Amino acid sequence: MEKMLAWIDARFPLTALWESQWGKYIAPKNFNFWYYFGSLAAFVLVIQIVTGIFLTMNYKPDATKAFESVEYIMRDVQWGWLIRYMHSTGASMFFIVVYLHMFRGLIYGSYRKPRELTWIFGCLIYLALMAEAFFGYLLPWGQMSYWGAQVIVNLFSSIPLIGEDLAVWIRGDFTISDVTLNRFFAFHVIALPLVLLGLVMAHLMALHETGSNNPDGVQIKYQPKDPATGLPLDGIYSHPYYTIKDIVGVIVFLAVFSVIVFFMPEMGGYFLEYNNFVPADPLRTPVHIAPVWYFTPYYAMLRAVPSYFGTQVWGVIVMGLAVVIFFALPWLDRGPVRSIRYRGTLYKTWIAIFVVSFLVLGYLGVVPITIWGQFAESVPLVGGVDRATVVARVFTALYFAFFVLMPWYTAIDKTKPEPTRVTG
Amino acid sequence: MDMKTFLSPRAAAVLLAAAATFLAVSGPAFASSGPDIRMEPAPGHRLDDASLQRGARNFVNYCLSCHSARFMRYNRLTDLGLTEDQIRDNLILGDAKIGDVMVSAMRPADAKAWFGAPPPDLSVIARVRGADWLFNYFLGFYRDPGSATGWNNLVFPNVGMPHVLWELSGTNRLATAEFADHEAAAAAAIANRGLALVEPIPGGKFAVRTIANETPGSMTPVEYRTFVADLVNYLEYMGEPIRNKRISLGIIVLMFLGVLFFFAYWLKREYWKDVH
Repeated sequence: MEKMLAWIDARFPLTALWESQWGKYIAPKNFNFWYYFGSLAAFVLVIQIVTGIFLTMNYKPDATKAFESVEYIMRDVQWGWLIRYMHSTGASMFFIVVYLHMFRGLIYGSYRKPRELTWIFGCLIYLALMAEAFFGYLLPWGQMSYWGAQVIVNLFSSIPLIGEDLAVWIRGDFTISDVTLNRFFAFHVIALPLVLLGLVMAHLMALHETGSNNPDGVQIKYQPKDPATGLPLDGIYSHPYYTIKDIVGVIVFLAVFSVIVFFMPEMGGYFLEYNNFVPADPLRTPVHIAPVWYFTPYYAMLRAVPSYFGTQVWGVIVMGLAVVIFFALPWLDRGPVRSIRYRGTLYKTWIAIFVVSFLVLGYLGVVPITIWGQFAESVPLVGGVDRATVVARVFTALYFAFFVLMPWYTAIDKTKPEPTRVTG
Repeated sequence: MDMKTFLSPRAAAVLLAAAATFLAVSGPAFASSGPDIRMEPAPGHRLDDASLQRGARNFVNYCLSCHSARFMRYNRLTDLGLTEDQIRDNLILGDAKIGDVMVSAMRPADAKAWFGAPPPDLSVIARVRGADWLFNYFLGFYRDPGSATGWNNLVFPNVGMPHVLWELSGTNRLATAEFADHEAAAAAAIANRGLALVEPIPGGKFAVRTIANETPGSMTPVEYRTFVADLVNYLEYMGEPIRNKRISLGIIVLMFLGVLFFFAYWLKREYWKDVH
């Protein structure tokens, strides 16, 4: 065994790779609950790839057969139902895990110098994941698949001058059709998974270059070394310590995952939309087209922005900016400390506002815009406007204010001094 | 894992504040002003094989003449405790083979000409509509001389399908009661203990619409409700035949994960003993 390893190492840096990326990687010892979601995201990625491979063996990317082939997988393929439910649940769980992982980065300042590239690779993963989910959602070829894709692709047609041609180019047709289904299948099963895997590797390599942040924001790399172990005072080997700990996290995650897969695979219509059990019908537009829950904060923004100069493009721009603005975070934050533990009231207030905005927008994106009725005509400024639209506008503004005002409120915020040792 | 490492107090406070505000904002902040339908829960149970077998019989006798279930194979009905011979003798009406899917004899083109739209495939209809909706749909037909078929439905207004079960249920009419305010109307709808629609009508008043029997059918009301409950139970089974197996397997998987968690957590504690 040892001889074989030496043989390989002389030709390929197997041991060196393992040790630099995980085996001898030194991590802070004070990771808390929030630090499970990185390894869980990787775990869900594996679930999606493995179940995806098996689904591909029986799925037919053909407008006349796609819906039927999914039901065939659900009924006639051995364990097909389990594979399919794992994949559909995995899609939503991926976003839950990634949103929590991003939130962790947000509150502990993990995006800040020197980890800007780790953060940017992460943002790119998030973008790729959204595209992956969008392309995948067309494949079951139900009414929501079809009309959801129609709505999203039509967003591009609102771009002045090139919009219409761009939309036709994306669809490969004048409407969502068999051609579109085929190319979305290609994007979903090969193009984007390749991009995702590459980005995940870059994300991890960048992280392992700088070392991990932690809930105290302490840079353990610059700590004095423990004379006994030669490690930084608050550092431990990620293997076996975090390997073992993350396994516990994976088991707890699997329990939650199994509750959904086995007892509520539709998750009340949020993970599998009820209307998606109606085969796609290009001639029948559903009354209420709702995107899957993980896109709804952005969808709410899109609907809330009014059209000016006869074009809807502003909503599309706002929606795009809302995602892209995450990239700028490392340069917007001017606070002297990383972690929320040592930040002042101003930052804590703003992050709370941001979380509330995200959740409220997410909720508003699920429900019809008329949910709360209209303001009476006599109300100044908003007379006759849907109440939900006004609320969505306010929270869209707050969502952006969190980012745009960040250079100001982080700079003047009263912070506590960052410790030199982690506090556990 | 103590509370501190699980979730820092600050993070918990942020989360709590966020959740509280979210609930406050997303709750039913404003009374709805549109029509509001009250349905009866469907009484079927997923483990009641006798009910499911009767439902399958009702389905092939009454639904399959117009509707197909193109994703449902006859031999799958062995799930319900039937043998292939029983299925062949009692449930296959045409010359279909035991491994075939359930296809209606009606040609889609004819169906479109007769009903305006081809009757939808029913394989996964319960996953679209839900059992409660389907149950109330079958209780919601009433005579409407103004419609093309002579029938209308409280749950699905202006539906293209006629009340094919009318010989069993008898004929019903729409009963309307008017109330001065929404509260009184909602109270009357609740007191009705069954399918009821509350909707605003001109003059600021509210109407409660319910179904009232006109002429009796060949079944008593209780027999008809049982018939429909069995049918809906079957439709729900057909929407996802694996459901019972999925649930029982889930319990085993969770028990396994529970044991695994115990060992993994114990291992983690052993390893982390020397981290201070």
